[in-house]
Amino acid sequence: MSRVRVSWLAVIVSAAVLPALAQSGALDLPKNIEAGSAFSIPTTGAGKATLYVAGPAQALKREVQLGQPIAFAAGDLSNAGHYLAVLRSDSSTETGEFDVAPASTPAALSFLAKPSRLPAGLQNGITGAVYVFDSFQNLITKPTQVNFQLSVAAAPTQARTVTTSQGAAWTEMNSATKEGNAKFVAQAGNVSAARVIQQVPGDPCGLKMSARQVGDKLQLETDPLRDCSGNAVTDGTIVTFTESWNGSQTTVDVPLKHSVAQAEVPARSGARISVATGVVMGNEIRWEGQP
Amino acid sequence: MGGRFLALFLVAATIALVVVGTLWPVPAAAAYAGMSPSGIMHSPSTPESAVDNLAIAIGHQDWPKAYSELSNKAEFTEQDFLHDLTGSYPSLRTYAILDTYQVQPLHVSDSDAQVRLRMRWSTVVGTFLDTRNLQVVRNGDQWAPVWPIVKETRVPPQVIAVNYLRWDVIYRGPADDWGAQDVEAPHVRIVDMHPVERAAGVVVLGELLNEDVVPAYVSVKATLLAKNGSAIATEDSFDKISHLLLPKQVTPFLITFPNVSLSEVDSIHMDPMSNLVAASADPVVEIQNQKLSPAPDAIFGGDLVNQSGQIVNIAHVLGTFYDQSGQLVWVADQYIDRALLPQTPVSFSMPVPEDLARKVSTERAVVATYSSGGFQ
Repeated sequence: MSRVRVSWLAVIVSAAVLPALAQSGALDLPKNIEAGSAFSIPTTGAGKATLYVAGPAQALKREVQLGQPIAFAAGDLSNAGHYLAVLRSDSSTETGEFDVAPASTPAALSFLAKPSRLPAGLQNGITGAVYVFDSFQNLITKPTQVNFQLSVAAAPTQARTVTTSQGAAWTEMNSATKEGNAKFVAQAGNVSAARVIQQVPGDPCGLKMSARQVGDKLQLETDPLRDCSGNAVTDGTIVTFTESWNGSQTTVDVPLKHSVAQAEVPARSGARISVATGVVMGNEIRWEGQP
Repeated sequence: MGGRFLALFLVAATIALVVVGTLWPVPAAAAYAGMSPSGIMHSPSTPESAVDNLAIAIGHQDWPKAYSELSNKAEFTEQDFLHDLTGSYPSLRTYAILDTYQVQPLHVSDSDAQVRLRMRWSTVVGTFLDTRNLQVVRNGDQWAPVWPIVKETRVPPQVIAVNYLRWDVIYRGPADDWGAQDVEAPHVRIVDMHPVERAAGVVVLGELLNEDVVPAYVSVKATLLAKNGSAIATEDSFDKISHLLLPKQVTPFLITFPNVSLSEVDSIHMDPMSNLVAASADPVVEIQNQKLSPAPDAIFGGDLVNQSGQIVNIAHVLGTFYDQSGQLVWVADQYIDRALLPQTPVSFSMPVPEDLARKVSTERAVVATYSSGGFQ
């Protein structure tokens, strides 16, 4: 609603000002103003006048006394961008343009960290992108240093310093070889934002099982499953045991528990038993009965 | 004049349709109207009519009437009879409706007869067939069927400790700031895909792997593209897939494109979809004695054994068939109409097209389970 009102005011300002521009003088305006800062515009002459200021998503109208400076309090103009000012009295119209720049002190960061979950030991697998904003949510386009830090327990912290370009900075990081949650922090000035990256074990590296006969059943059990970095494969990972015997098959999909998968299949002499998880194949056992 | 003629025509057409419907009713309508499939009401004066009457009562779900038709009532209770037909525990049978039935005499003598009753039940996931060979005995001038009762195993009261993993998920909330990431969707990958042409159209077969460490709800969509790049048709796997994939689990999928010829297809765009969902690793179902009996009449069968303590209300078995080179040949499926009780084998069997069965070298089965009050 307020946006619609602002737009209408901008149209009104333009309609009021444009016919008079041909005979206008120039306002003495500060060339660069920081968003949200206080400033003033000096005026000359005497009598009453009306000042119109129109900029991005903001427009102002002030009744002023000519000959006295027009004061803008801190926070009056908070949106960064290019502004048009028109001072209109009964006898004259003065115009000017000025820029409002974002405040130079970072006040907020938008930090996009992707992915939130990835395998351990992946080179440049983590991407962090930061947009730096001032306290009025203006994107700070002036080059600003951003420090990225990725820290995991029991591993050295990775750090990068990147200077923003057009308000944005981004970096890539390696996931640690050890599984666990990593804290990914981006800091600019005194503000920081943190994200949690879950580093999970990769595919099992070597899948080996053993078999033991108990009654008329074979108890199958894998060795503790680890990825190639030595991390225990996540519990719940499905391991498939397949017993082939005499042209028929028995299959059990079991989840890992404490890094080990266990299953029971019928004990049949001459049976071939294989194990797999995902696309990783394990060893094969040919069961010839109880030794 | 025209209106009167139209009214007369409508009345005549209605009478004609009523007559046709009465004389040659569709079997299901006949059963509901209390008639045999032949459309004639009867008394149990022949073995076939006795079994007909039983099937009609079953179709009406008039269990007291059906039970009263039996000659061996003393061997079991009406409750046992009901559980035989509808299951002791909630399952597909519980909500099934008798769609059609066939009565086929096998043997008859003066005092007894053998009659086959083939009941086709309708469920939300399709139909299933229940075939019973009934002995029918003569009692005076009337015949009565002997029901071959199948008593479902009852699970004795007990405590079964289960400590399988369960995954819960907290999703991103509306109050979280713009940059805060949501929980990552599981990473899934199509590890095999193969289109085949069948009489009904093009069928896209494949296998999907959950290569992540979290459970995934998965689905696969395929779009057939013509030589000019335009889309011919888009279909998804619907229920020809195991939708819940635990970490490193693989499911087959089958997508059917009716009335499309493979010669029209230039390429196929595959779109696997995955969502992170809460899930449980329980129950674990063992698939025993999987065997493909050779063509003709190729059947892939085996036994399901629920190794957990939780009763599985509905089990869906998907069979994947490979040729000698390991190439995917076909995907078949079957819903199990009875609940899977702990440690109680339940058999399954699914037909495999004869021409494809001859190419099959190895096969694999996976089972998707659904339990009321559970996660799956």
